[in-house]
Amino acid sequence: MDQPIWITFFVSFIILNVLLIGMAYVTWFERKVLARFQDRLGPTRTGPAGLLQPLADAVKLLGKEDLVPAAADKWVFLFAPVVTFMTALIAAAVIPFGDTATIFGQEVNLFPADLNVGALFILAAGGAGVYGIILGGWASANRYSLLGALRSAAQVISYELILGFSLVGIFIMTGTLSLREIMLRQHETLSIGPLEVSNWFILSQPLAFVLFMIGAVAETNRAPFDLPEAESELVAGFHTEYSGFRFSLYFLGEYVSMIVVSLFATTLFLGGTSGPGAEEYWGLGLLWLLLKVVAFLFFYVWLRATLPRFRFDQLMGLAWKVLLPLALLNILVTAFFRLIANGEVF
Amino acid sequence: MGLIDDRFDKNVFTTSLDFLFNWGRRSSLWWLQFGLACCAIEMISASMARFDLSERFGMLFRSSPRQADLMIVAGTVTKKMGPIVRTLYDQMPEPKWVLSMGSCANVGGPYDTYAVVQGVDQIVPVDVYVPGCPPNPEALYYGILQLQNKVIKYETMARKEGVDAAERERQADREEAMAVLRG
Repeated sequence: MDQPIWITFFVSFIILNVLLIGMAYVTWFERKVLARFQDRLGPTRTGPAGLLQPLADAVKLLGKEDLVPAAADKWVFLFAPVVTFMTALIAAAVIPFGDTATIFGQEVNLFPADLNVGALFILAAGGAGVYGIILGGWASANRYSLLGALRSAAQVISYELILGFSLVGIFIMTGTLSLREIMLRQHETLSIGPLEVSNWFILSQPLAFVLFMIGAVAETNRAPFDLPEAESELVAGFHTEYSGFRFSLYFLGEYVSMIVVSLFATTLFLGGTSGPGAEEYWGLGLLWLLLKVVAFLFFYVWLRATLPRFRFDQLMGLAWKVLLPLALLNILVTAFFRLIANGEVF
Repeated sequence: MGLIDDRFDKNVFTTSLDFLFNWGRRSSLWWLQFGLACCAIEMISASMARFDLSERFGMLFRSSPRQADLMIVAGTVTKKMGPIVRTLYDQMPEPKWVLSMGSCANVGGPYDTYAVVQGVDQIVPVDVYVPGCPPNPEALYYGILQLQNKVIKYETMARKEGVDAAERERQADREEAMAVLRG
C-alpha cells in the first residue's frame, strides 16, 4: 500500500496529462459523433479525419485578444475561469484507475489518493466548480451572463441534491465512502442460483443509476440541461463576455468534468476496472475502464443530439417533484433490505 | 508590446510562429451567428447537412461576438442596422475578418435608396466579397476558401504597434463609420 512519494507524483503526472489530452479529443469525438447524428461529416480538413482540430482550436484561442469589458470587475473576471477549470481537474485525484499493480518490479498504486471520503470529495469539487460560473457571470457586468450564472446556481443546488441522494444507496450497501473500496466490492462475483455475475451496483441499484445519470448531466451543464449557456435565449450565457483562452478554460472545464463524471459513474455503478482478465493484468483493467468511459461519453453526445433543452420551470419541477422523492424512496428501500440482510428485522 | 517593435526582421522563427498561429486561425474560423436578409437562408443552408460548411473546415457558429473570428454580413444592411453591425464588429476580439455576402452587402444591391448602406465596406473593413443575389452555398464556400488563403498570409509582427496605437486607430475607424451612417 505505502509507496515512495515520487511514484504518486509520477502516477498523478501521467493521469493529469492523459486527462488533458483526452479532454481535447473529447471535443473532436463530440463534433464527429454529433455530425454523424445529423447526417454531416464533421471536421475533415484539419489533419486526417480532422484529428488536428483540437490543436488548431487551442492555437487559435491562444492567439486571440484577451478582452476585459470596461464595466467588468477585472480581477474576479480574470480569476473565475481558473476556478472552474481547476476544480474540474482536482476531482480526478480520487478516481481509482485500478488497484495496486506491479510495474517493473515496483509496487505502484494506480490511484493518486485513496481518501476515505472520496465520493464526497468529488461532489464537493463539483459544487465548488459552480463558483467559477457564478463569479464569472457576475463579474462580466452583462445581463445575459448574470442570468446564466443565476440559472446555473439554482440548477446545481437542485441537482447536487439528487446526485448526493442517489449515491446514499451504495454507501448503505458498502458501508464506505472510499471509491477504491467501492470499486473492489464490485470485483466480487455474485451468485443468483446457478447464474454467476459481477457484483456491479447497476444491478442492485438500477434506480439510483438512472437518477445519478440525470443528475450528472445537469451537474455538468450539458444538453438537455444546458440552460446556463442557452444560446437561443442568453447569447452564450455566463461566458458571453469571455474571449480567447479564458473562454476555452470554461469550455475545457466542462469537458473535463464530463470525463470525470463518466469515470465516477463507471467506478460507482459499472465496477470501475472490473472485466474479464482485469484481475490478472492491470492494463486490461484500464482498457475496460476506457471502454466504459467512452460509452458514457457517447451517451452524453447522444443525449445532446436527441433531446431539446428543458424550460426552466420544467427543470426545477423535474428535480424537486419527481427525482427527489424517487431518490428518497430508493434510500428507504435499500436501508430496509440492508436491515433484513443484517438480521435486525424479522 | 512596444518593446519588440522594429527589432526583428522576418526570420525563420517569426515566420514559423506566424505559420503555426495562422494555420490555427485558418482551421478554426468561428463565425458570428447572425443574418440580415435572404442571404442568411443560403448561409444556413451552407452550414446544414448537405454542405456542412460549419464543421468540415473546423468552423463553428458562436452567438457571442467575443468568441467569434469571422463576421459574415449576409444581407441588406439598412442605415438603422448599420450601427449595430459596427458595434458587433467592435465587440469581436482581434484578429478578426469580415466576409461580405451577396450584392446588398457588397454594394447595396437593388436598393439604391436613402435607407440602405451602399456597401458594408463603408462601415466595416471587408476582406472577401462574395457576389450573387443571393450567392448559392458553393459561392459562399469559395469565398471562405479564399478567406482561408488570406488568413494564412496574416502577419502578426506587422500589426504590433502597441495597445494605445491600436485603440486610437480603432476609434478613428469607428468615427469614420458613424459619419457614413449619419451622412
